[in-house]
Amino acid sequence: MTNTLDFFVLFLKSAVVAGTPLLFAIIGAIYNEKAGNLNLGIEGMMLLGAVAGFQAALSTQNPLASLLSACVFGALGALIYAFLTVTLRTNQVVTGLALTIFGSGMARFWGQNVMGQVLSESFSRYFRPLSFPFLAKIPILGPILSVFLEQDLFVYFGYAIAILSGIYLYNTRWGLNLRAVGGNTAAADASGINITLYKYVHILMGGALCGLGGAYLSVVFVPSWQENITAGRGWIAVALVIFTSWNPYKALWGALLFGGLDIVGFRIQSLNIPVNQYFLRMLPYLATLMVIIIGSIRKSSKHNPPKDLGNAYFREER
Amino acid sequence: MNRPVYVEMKNICKTFGVIRANRNINLSVTEGEIHALLGENGAGKSTLVNMISGIYTPDSGSIAIHGKPVRIHSPRHAIELGIGMIHQHFKLVDVLSAAENILLAEEGPPLLFRKKATEKIRKVMEKYEMEMDLSKKIEEMAVSEKQNVEILKVLYRGAKILILDEPTAVLTPQETDKLFGILRNLVKKGCAVIIITHKLNEVMAISDRVTVLRQGESVCTLETKNTNIRQLTELMVGKPVDLSIVRCPAEKGKLLLSVHHLSALGEHGVRVLDDISFDLYEGEILGVAGVAGSGQKEICETISGLYPVEKGEILFQGENIVGLTPREIIKRGISMSFIPEDRLGMGLVASMDMIDNMLLKEYVNQPGVSVDRRFAREKAVRVRDRLDIQTPGIGTPIRKLSGGNIQKVLLGREIDAKPSLLITAYPVRGLDIGASYNIYDLLQEQKQKGVGVLYIGEDLDVLLELCDRIMVLCNGKVTGITDSRCITKEGLGLLMAGESITALTEEVTPCKL
Amino acid sequence: MQIVNRSGTSTKQIILIRFIAILAAIVVSSIFIGFLGYNPFTVYQNMLKGSLGSTIRFRATLLEMIPLVVTSLGILIAFKMKFWNIGGEGQILMGAFAASFVALRIDGIPDFLMLPLIFLAGFLMGGLWALIPAYFKARFGANETIMTLMLNYIALQFITYLQFGPWRDPKAMGFPKIANFPDSALLPKLFGIHIGLIISILLVVVVTWFMRNTKKGFEIAVVGESFATARYAGMNVSQVILFAMLLSGGLCGITGVIQTSGVNKTLTMNISSGYGFSAIITTWLSGLKAPMVLLVSFLFAILLQGGSYIQSALQIPQSAADVLQGMILFCILGSEFFVRYKIRFRKKEHPNNGGVSP
Repeated sequence: MTNTLDFFVLFLKSAVVAGTPLLFAIIGAIYNEKAGNLNLGIEGMMLLGAVAGFQAALSTQNPLASLLSACVFGALGALIYAFLTVTLRTNQVVTGLALTIFGSGMARFWGQNVMGQVLSESFSRYFRPLSFPFLAKIPILGPILSVFLEQDLFVYFGYAIAILSGIYLYNTRWGLNLRAVGGNTAAADASGINITLYKYVHILMGGALCGLGGAYLSVVFVPSWQENITAGRGWIAVALVIFTSWNPYKALWGALLFGGLDIVGFRIQSLNIPVNQYFLRMLPYLATLMVIIIGSIRKSSKHNPPKDLGNAYFREER
Repeated sequence: MNRPVYVEMKNICKTFGVIRANRNINLSVTEGEIHALLGENGAGKSTLVNMISGIYTPDSGSIAIHGKPVRIHSPRHAIELGIGMIHQHFKLVDVLSAAENILLAEEGPPLLFRKKATEKIRKVMEKYEMEMDLSKKIEEMAVSEKQNVEILKVLYRGAKILILDEPTAVLTPQETDKLFGILRNLVKKGCAVIIITHKLNEVMAISDRVTVLRQGESVCTLETKNTNIRQLTELMVGKPVDLSIVRCPAEKGKLLLSVHHLSALGEHGVRVLDDISFDLYEGEILGVAGVAGSGQKEICETISGLYPVEKGEILFQGENIVGLTPREIIKRGISMSFIPEDRLGMGLVASMDMIDNMLLKEYVNQPGVSVDRRFAREKAVRVRDRLDIQTPGIGTPIRKLSGGNIQKVLLGREIDAKPSLLITAYPVRGLDIGASYNIYDLLQEQKQKGVGVLYIGEDLDVLLELCDRIMVLCNGKVTGITDSRCITKEGLGLLMAGESITALTEEVTPCKL
Repeated sequence: MQIVNRSGTSTKQIILIRFIAILAAIVVSSIFIGFLGYNPFTVYQNMLKGSLGSTIRFRATLLEMIPLVVTSLGILIAFKMKFWNIGGEGQILMGAFAASFVALRIDGIPDFLMLPLIFLAGFLMGGLWALIPAYFKARFGANETIMTLMLNYIALQFITYLQFGPWRDPKAMGFPKIANFPDSALLPKLFGIHIGLIISILLVVVVTWFMRNTKKGFEIAVVGESFATARYAGMNVSQVILFAMLLSGGLCGITGVIQTSGVNKTLTMNISSGYGFSAIITTWLSGLKAPMVLLVSFLFAILLQGGSYIQSALQIPQSAADVLQGMILFCILGSEFFVRYKIRFRKKEHPNNGGVSP
């Protein structure tokens, strides 16, 4: 009995870990979409952050430098996107795709000389999971809490980002204004909100968060450099934004669920259950596909995307 | 006239590309005044007020607010100067509540405490004697409620100068009266109101002074009590015009269209059409009146086979066409034309030229798999010449044409198909007076040819003058069908607000049966 | 400064703006290359040399061009309908899978029927793969971008499974590869290039005609503009979406056939090698015009081929070419702004002309 419980606790713990890059990316995408920008460059920004974070970790051995560099490069990718879509009003879909193409090229290029390298033990210890032995003594609640609490600091950072983003969106003036920008850009403009500023700031914030998500993969999760390290997680994040109905709190659960799907294959194999490994690797993608399809079938007024999502805004249009 | 001047605009010019929207316009508005801006569509009214509200910046000229010269560079700046704009198409975020909309872009501590904020809004409501449910979401509100949110929003932000762009276009006469009450109250408390309109009787009813614009220039400013409708019309159009529509006699023909107990469901299971029944005869114009969103669009679309019917029958010359697709309707030899409200989003393809837009309804009848543009080209030339459409060429994408010409392309194509039933939804929306009267003439011409016309309109005066009979809708129900000579505007207003026709007094239905 | 809509842009102006955009792309790329410590001119020279410098290299460039052209045509049909099909990769893989199934798994197909059959199979399979997102888009309005992308990964895992599992060639001495195609299933060559070149040029002609002159092509363009207009005109929107995506995916599937049968001579998980994504760029750069696809794809093939040449000649990693692709795309995307709008610089206003500080 305890064995199964241990297995589940262990499984859920690693689901939280696997979900963390998704969590950052989903919230990054939420900021973009609340600002009315459908950014399909999430994958590209994650890759930029992943490679920048990894390179900085290798050369400085400093975790903060690594995170900062991931943020900066994620945001730089977002800056290109913001300049094109907001200032030059290009098609958001194509520009996002271009950003993903650019980001993955950049990551491949920059990561080439460190392919397969592993981060040093002295660096990795910064991201070792915390342990709270007393939790084991509490029945039922103990194991549940340990799933979420016995994690590394980066995961805690993820929790903080999700909760702070929730407060920001729903309980601050800036968040209210941001929701208006995506909800009805012309109305927000007429109210006196600086549309361009809001779009830039939040697209850049989103980019920084996506960069962090990528860095979690390369610096903590894997932690070595491999080509295409994100393996489509950026795209899954774009889909999960719909699944979590643009709500950062719900993003926590969405990330956990898909983190679980990500590692379920690995866990099942370790139990020697004969399941086709290729099918298991398909699972997150299949599940994302289902999420999109089910989401579109049961459309409700409560879970609609921001109304002006994807529309370029031009005040002097006539 | 020694009250302080709130707005002073001098020699304002603004051009868009080659269009000179405003030329040397002068305008001055004082405290406690309701100032009407009168002009046709395209006369430059919206451009002018958009420069006061910071949406556009003038190319030249000066603006002074409360006596100080300013250059208003953004809506935010305008708000800081105490200028509040209430747009014709409300600038509200549907998914947010009234309170949230009012609080948008407000300065203050970053954290938002809803209770405290609501309290502050309440105070403003008390001061101006307004009422409203602040926690209600905009998407759940009726049009007049939304308008009140807009007004409260600018008052909350300290506006002393209120600009209303065509505020009555979407209101019933009764709602209009209520609005006017609010406005009179505002100017009593020291505000100035600029109201944009092209409805002359409203100018007479509400304004203290009126400035007439024509073709981008300010013609003159008059004291309302010293002028009359005839003079204003002449100033607005530039020549004496007779603004009454001569209704040509109806020769009611055979029964063309008969709708029985038609119901349809909307997005969230709301009944958008509820047990609608009416008849339409050959050679008559049946008008449809109602507050926007009362089911007009759904009536048009169910008849054209574009909207699913829940129950009921639509008999076209005795044949039930419920459940048929538009193409099946055409295949049965039923010639029906529908001029939808959304011209570029539904009736036409904006990025295509006139030829391809003519092809839109035609291509399917051509043999083979390929399209033949020769007939469409001939048709495009024919329509252009017949309706005098101003275009650089029939190969120009139609989105580059003016609103009136776009409407003519649509109407021309549909009339050219020689329909026996013509459904038109708001066919003059956005057109100037000249173009509108052109359209009315075209519709009457169709009527005389024996075509049955269903005319969805918003201007009650036009409905009364143009149509033979009028059907009034409220919340998807028919509240009355009457001969247009047997009802007054107020009567229509009561029906639009949901009164039943049997409950109307003789005063508003002079020849009630 | 002020931004205004252009009332009309002449073809001359458009060409000029495009030219400037390409120039800007070259400048940005040069900065990037200079940043890497190379002389941009040497690099460009080598890229040209590597892609056009000899008959063999020219052939290699054409071989790169063929899949780009065919895939771009597929993407073009979808994009014309504003259906953002980024599932080209998966559709190529599935087309290649179907071709391989016919070539390797069905016995007794007469030689003369083999090629037509694998093309048919590849077209249908690619089309069917694209019909999955098309159905859910048409029926429920589901987001096609993510669906098509997810199907890429699913297709890739499926082919990987075949390559490492049931289809693994026992004769390959433990190497995970699928058996080679029989000779009857290989594309014949003309002047040293397989006839995929001729097929791709033919397809350009056919797609140009299709989009301009057929009812279905017209319907696709109208649906792309507005669902409501299409419905108003009596079109069956769902049917148009399904049909267009069958073609779109089918064309991508044909790319898969050409690459298996003409180039690799077998099915591998790398068969699509990014053409599905590059084609998005080429399609957009062509302005959704089929004849332009040919030109843009050729230029792009020079970039790809030249990119792999400078790797061996100058030891610049090939992925540098990927970065360049992205930069070029950014520049051209940005240039569209100047086609649609113009910027007017306003003279500084006189201080007495009403100048209250903001």
